[in-house]
Amino acid sequence: MTGREPAGAVSPTAVAVEVRDLHVTLDRVPILTGVDLTVAAGEWVTVIGPNGAGKSTLLRAVGGLLPAGPAVTLFGTPIRALKPRQRARVVATVAQSPAVPAGMSVLDYVLLGRTPYIAPLGRESAADLGAVHDVLARLDLDAFRSRELATLSGGERQRVFLARALAQGATLLLLDEPTSALDIGHQQEVLELVDQLRREHGLTVLATMHDLSIAGEYADRLVLLDAGRVVAAGPPDEVLTEELLARHYRANVRVVPGEHGPLVVPVRRGWKQGPPLNASGIGRAPC
Amino acid sequence: MTVRPTEPDRPAGASRTPRPAGVPVTGPPAAGPGAAAQPGGATAGSGGAERPPAGPGATARPAGLRLRWLVAGIAAVLVALVAGVSLGPVSLPAGSVAVELLNLFPGVHLDSGLSASEIAIVTELRLPRAVLGLLVGALLALAGGAYQGVFRNPLADPYLLGVAAGAGLAVTVAIVLGANVEVFTGMSLTVPLAAFVGSLGAVLMTYLLGAAGGRDRSPATLILAGVAVSAFLAAGQTYLLQRHADTIQPVYSWLLGRLATAGWEDVRLVLPYFAVTAVVVLLHRRELDVLSLGDDEATSLGLHPQRSRYLLIAAASLGTAAAVSASGLIGFVGIIVPHTVRMLAGSSYRVVLPLSMLFGGAFLALTDVVARTAAAPQEIPIGVVTALLGGPFFVLILRTARRVFP
Repeated sequence: MTGREPAGAVSPTAVAVEVRDLHVTLDRVPILTGVDLTVAAGEWVTVIGPNGAGKSTLLRAVGGLLPAGPAVTLFGTPIRALKPRQRARVVATVAQSPAVPAGMSVLDYVLLGRTPYIAPLGRESAADLGAVHDVLARLDLDAFRSRELATLSGGERQRVFLARALAQGATLLLLDEPTSALDIGHQQEVLELVDQLRREHGLTVLATMHDLSIAGEYADRLVLLDAGRVVAAGPPDEVLTEELLARHYRANVRVVPGEHGPLVVPVRRGWKQGPPLNASGIGRAPC
Repeated sequence: MTVRPTEPDRPAGASRTPRPAGVPVTGPPAAGPGAAAQPGGATAGSGGAERPPAGPGATARPAGLRLRWLVAGIAAVLVALVAGVSLGPVSLPAGSVAVELLNLFPGVHLDSGLSASEIAIVTELRLPRAVLGLLVGALLALAGGAYQGVFRNPLADPYLLGVAAGAGLAVTVAIVLGANVEVFTGMSLTVPLAAFVGSLGAVLMTYLLGAAGGRDRSPATLILAGVAVSAFLAAGQTYLLQRHADTIQPVYSWLLGRLATAGWEDVRLVLPYFAVTAVVVLLHRRELDVLSLGDDEATSLGLHPQRSRYLLIAAASLGTAAAVSASGLIGFVGIIVPHTVRMLAGSSYRVVLPLSMLFGGAFLALTDVVARTAAAPQEIPIGVVTALLGGPFFVLILRTARRVFP
């Protein structure tokens, strides 16, 4: 680690996010108690866990939205050593349901992502505009440029939120429930897009997700959070086990092997005696 | 995997590549139509400044103040100025008035055909009144626009946030405590200062009370808080006036304002407050756009939303206090003008704020003309006229607010 770098120089390193013994207390309620997390550069890590486990809080701490003290290090530099504008060029956050300002066009919305490059009280340069046009082209949003954000569908909006984050030019992307408002087709579309961008541009992705199967399909590693602690971490097939999920989600699930990772199938309680499920038997009618 | 983290601070003006940091530099930068066709397009490498616009919607321009709107705003100010000076108990020809106004510029000597007494009416009576109307209207509209952005609330208005009531109470206290305050012949410094402290205190009370509802509060919560704060402060003021009946006359005249008797000294008193408020608010016009994304988004974009918010509240309250000091309590300007601008010219604060300043000034100067000519020779208090216009307008906002501010 090169933690002794002067503020302002974010040195290249293989570790994008390093969280050591993070404690967060909000309104005197402990939310995170001693969380450790390491995300390698270029990796996709998804944080899972039951409601209230502290997933969003963890993301907010990594994104600099909460004072995290010395516990969070981004690309080798302690986050508190970064000035807000520097931090904004390193890490971009897409919140769970970002506000949709009335009357704002897609172009204007994505242009606001260039804020960390615009001098305080300054205005966008031609280069900022060019960067935004490139991002819009890459996300197939060209045709939506002058559309009002509020008139777009959920899937299109999610692409615009992503575009805003990409316009920020950060290598670390934090996605808080990026697909919670989308139908299953748009979920896949958005996540495939994120994965493609990650591969093409060497982005690092730290996300939270509720859908466990989808979380396992896209992430390199999963981190299971429960009551403010990391209770399991590793490749999807090590974390998505019936035993761990039953213990921490109090859920009755079957885990079946899938093409891209284990698939988690909720099973109604009381049906435990039914025939064992396998990949081909998911849709089989009971007979 | 090659990962190049984001570049550190670049000097302003240095050429920027639009490529997001961390893009592995592979192959020559591709530009042109071929690149865009590539899935996941390698267009990232093309030079941003030179990149020719392409594709549908390429004509879309980023939000900004269009020249024609700026010209329209300045024209409105000039029309209001000439109308404000030429209309009155003795109507003067607008053309002569315009010529006489030009004569005020150093080095201009034109013959307007007005007599010496008419010239005195123009420069000593009507012009200061029209200019004060412009300044007060500009301040109220600017403050309203700023409050709406800061609170992300379409209904925010200096009047509805309790600012006016706070200023009223504080001024009453100041007058009661210092009975010898000269409120008529030029304001002492105490009264505008009291008005500022009072309006700032009232906004903060309203904000804290409205914020008690938590993050999911509706726009109406803040307005309800403003109503409660206004009622509370007005009660305090009534009690004070009751206990000190001798101050009712000066306090009441002060609250009604002195637009009718405005002289150049009033303009000189308001001008510095106007300058500070206008500079602070207008410099933050882009930040207000970022703030409209939400506090978390603004923070993650490298801003200090809370810091900007307090600065803007202070500036808007200072402007409101100065306006109230000069012209009494005038409601609804801060809501009528920014909303009309928003509907006509665009919702970006980079458009709303400068245009609100221009059109707000023109609006109040013209309203003042109505106030003094509609029931001539009597004058209708200008606050009554704006309230008559503003009441129905407010209902309109309430009905469309859901559409404009989802």
